[in-house]
Amino acid sequence: MTEVANKYVAKDFKSDQEVRWCAGCGDHAILNAVQRAFAELPHKKEDYAVISGIGCSSRFPYYMNTYGFHTIHGRAGAIASGVKTANPNLSVWQITGDGDGLAIGGNHFIHEIRRNINLNVLLFNNEIYGLTKGQYSPTTKMGMKTKTSPFGTVERPFKVGQLVIGAEGTFFARSLDTNIKHITSTLIQADQHKGTSIVEILQNCVIFSDKIHGWITDKEHKEDRQLYLEHGKSMIFGKEKNKGIIMTSHGLAVATIGEDGIKESDILVHDAKKEDPFIHLMLANMVGPDFPVAFGVIRAVEEDAYDENVAKQVADVQAETKFRSMDDILASGSTWEV
Amino acid sequence: MDKQAKVVDEIVIRFSGDSGDGMQLTGTLFSDASALFGNDVSTFPDYPAEIRAPQGTVGGVSGFQVHFGHSEIHTPGDYADVLVAMNPAALKANARWIKNGGTVIFDKDSVTEKTLKKAEFTTEDPVKELHLDGHNVIYAPISTLTQEALKDTGMDKKSILRSKNMFALGICYYIFDRPLNFTEAYFEKKFAKKPQIIEANKRVLKEGFNYAANIQALPSYKIEPATQENGLYRSISGNQATAWGLLAAAEKANLKLFCGSYPITPATEILMYLSQRKDMGAITFQAEDEIAGICTAIGASFAGKFAVTTTSGPGLALKTEAAGLAVITELPLVIVDVQRGGPSTGLPTKTEQADLMQALYARNGESPLPVIAASSPSDCFDWAFEAGRIALEHMTPVILLTDGYIANGTSPMKIKKMADMPTIKNRIAKANDENYQPYRRVDKELLIREWAIPGTEGLEHRIGGLEKMAVNGNVSYIPENHEVMSHERDARVKQVAVNIPDIKITGDSEGDLLVVGWGSTKGHLEDSVSQMRAEGKKVSFVNFNYINPLPKNTADVFKGFKNIVVAEINLGQFVSYLRMQFTDFKFHQYNKIQGLPFTVDELVGEFNKIMEEN
Repeated sequence: MTEVANKYVAKDFKSDQEVRWCAGCGDHAILNAVQRAFAELPHKKEDYAVISGIGCSSRFPYYMNTYGFHTIHGRAGAIASGVKTANPNLSVWQITGDGDGLAIGGNHFIHEIRRNINLNVLLFNNEIYGLTKGQYSPTTKMGMKTKTSPFGTVERPFKVGQLVIGAEGTFFARSLDTNIKHITSTLIQADQHKGTSIVEILQNCVIFSDKIHGWITDKEHKEDRQLYLEHGKSMIFGKEKNKGIIMTSHGLAVATIGEDGIKESDILVHDAKKEDPFIHLMLANMVGPDFPVAFGVIRAVEEDAYDENVAKQVADVQAETKFRSMDDILASGSTWEV
Repeated sequence: MDKQAKVVDEIVIRFSGDSGDGMQLTGTLFSDASALFGNDVSTFPDYPAEIRAPQGTVGGVSGFQVHFGHSEIHTPGDYADVLVAMNPAALKANARWIKNGGTVIFDKDSVTEKTLKKAEFTTEDPVKELHLDGHNVIYAPISTLTQEALKDTGMDKKSILRSKNMFALGICYYIFDRPLNFTEAYFEKKFAKKPQIIEANKRVLKEGFNYAANIQALPSYKIEPATQENGLYRSISGNQATAWGLLAAAEKANLKLFCGSYPITPATEILMYLSQRKDMGAITFQAEDEIAGICTAIGASFAGKFAVTTTSGPGLALKTEAAGLAVITELPLVIVDVQRGGPSTGLPTKTEQADLMQALYARNGESPLPVIAASSPSDCFDWAFEAGRIALEHMTPVILLTDGYIANGTSPMKIKKMADMPTIKNRIAKANDENYQPYRRVDKELLIREWAIPGTEGLEHRIGGLEKMAVNGNVSYIPENHEVMSHERDARVKQVAVNIPDIKITGDSEGDLLVVGWGSTKGHLEDSVSQMRAEGKKVSFVNFNYINPLPKNTADVFKGFKNIVVAEINLGQFVSYLRMQFTDFKFHQYNKIQGLPFTVDELVGEFNKIMEEN
């Protein structure tokens, strides 16, 4: 990608369209964070392409003053894959939700991850279908009552991180709509990663699943319930900064420094670049009340990107071939004169 | 576009192998089955001169040629459409007798150091060494699968391998739709006292048949031009010609091609041929499903490539929602539908023209797009090019219909010079154009918007599936605007007719009967009409390649005839379409839906009947 010195401010990325999400919707914060991230990233404004499917989150491109494509339900991943493969010089951002990306678009989601196309996916997870007014989604917790599950859902939900890692994902990060600064910095890391970067953003729908992430965002306890991971740093959290994640014979556990002989050096140090996804998976799957929820870049592993390999193969073949035009192709092989 | 395609309703198969491989019997069984099937047959056995020629050598090859067809067959045929070769020596002995673009069924298990040496090959790849790689080569593991089929019988290996000719026969029976029962009855009679041999032969015959079905071995049809202009020619299949026509369109538009596609019979070869053309800068994206095939293509179109997606009927069904997205966003895109028998999975390896209505109408809302159809293997090149021209010049998705018959059939193609082909004018917007607006009509007559490609400075804009305000392209729910945009989309497709030629009549412009066809039936219809004209009948013919919109002079052409008959390989889709648009005319129809092309004889009989009765 062509890198340029950043000369933009967030407002350069605001379009002239009125933002129509509900007041209090988490999407406003995410929009704000994306505009801030774009202003910081080293790309030209015309090189951004923001591509969405269908759903509340998918209105996103209309609010961005970039090239944008509001596509059809579930297909943003496939269309974004086509855009990036056609022109690897673009900075491609796919905006999707838990319904758009994981239900109707589930197949494209796992395959763009498998191919490791160098694009960034923002998956707004509010565990509900908002635009169609409150039906359960593939991430809705078992037993939740919604418009289409009046007696509670009987479906097992996806864990987004596990799905990403299962699909051979090279990058998985999680952020929270209440923390604009963290979203911004996470998106910058996503952009820097070569390959499909999945950023799950826990997002609140004020109308149909209000406070769905309430346990995590609760102002009183959030320091004890949110673990911010950084590559190379200890997994320490808590109001008193005295809790941490340790490895035991039963898997991960929460320990308090100074209790039961636990020292700071016993706390795990986060290695996002580790190829073996074992610990990343355990971190991604941590849930309350026994564990804090992990945020930040959980996994960022270096692998070839599909679009790069495609471009390289074309360049390699073109360097070798004697065919320069369709005239050469048409006259190749066996021909005869009449 | 070759004007006078002569359809070959006859096929020549040559069975060849070592003199001990039972080729004479195989050929005889095939010709008997064909005769019982109602074909006229002529055969030609070709034994080695020496009674005991050395095994595995070219001199020891035994052959049997069968020539069969719907009409009278007078000779065993000169060159083979299909060569069955049981070993490298047989391949070598018969290589020069295969027609350009013919099919070779080769026992790949027969290739060993020893057999190659005996047949005097110098490389390890006999197909390549004989320059047969341009043919449709089926590398069938005949020996291995024969052994596998009979492994539980307790027979020894030598006896088992004696049945491998029946495996080859089974493959041919699948490809040419021959029933197995006659041959099975033959086994029962011939080996009445050896039930094990009956069972073994039956089983291997069936295994060969099933193998061909599993690999979806395709029938190959020959379509020969009756007269040829001077020039350089090559043999080409419809799928290859389609791929190359699309590439030619990309070159003339000064764009690179992107194909998003998912494998499906009988369209897969287009993706295969395009994937070979990285030298032309073509990108092929083998998608996770049909929907991703078209969606990646739409993404690539948005990003400035000449984008195509290739499929067959069931795949087109899956692509319909995305096709509507290309309609509303007015992005150039070619959708190739190689039609096959339907509905549902239907007859994947058989031909049909029954996706016409699907192509025209199977999208939600008022969602018009141009539809065109190719008529012969070689003219797939021209029609694929034309589909690209319309898509790029008119900024619209276009559906190109071919079908299993011409896609897998081959015909000679006169090689065109790229310099002689028309330049395709793309509609790319210029950087920093302050007047750029997504739905501004830069061509007021043709109602064409510009293509503003991501990466172009100063043209950042948003498009999408929601209805857009005329000119500025903002999301709009204004009732009157939807009506304006719906009319514009309708008019845009109608205006494609401005740039297409009038339809031409073969024969006189007045008469007793006008035979109307579209797409791949052209060769058979044209042959039947010329036969009737030779008998002094006042019959003419028109073939439609432009389906939507129709050529401007269509009604004028219909006016000159007492009767009009529309013949097609479906239950009457084009005739319904014509009845809807031209209420002043009475249309007769002739339809056949057996997964097979028409034959000239049946058409002549049918047309004569219409003339007698009306």
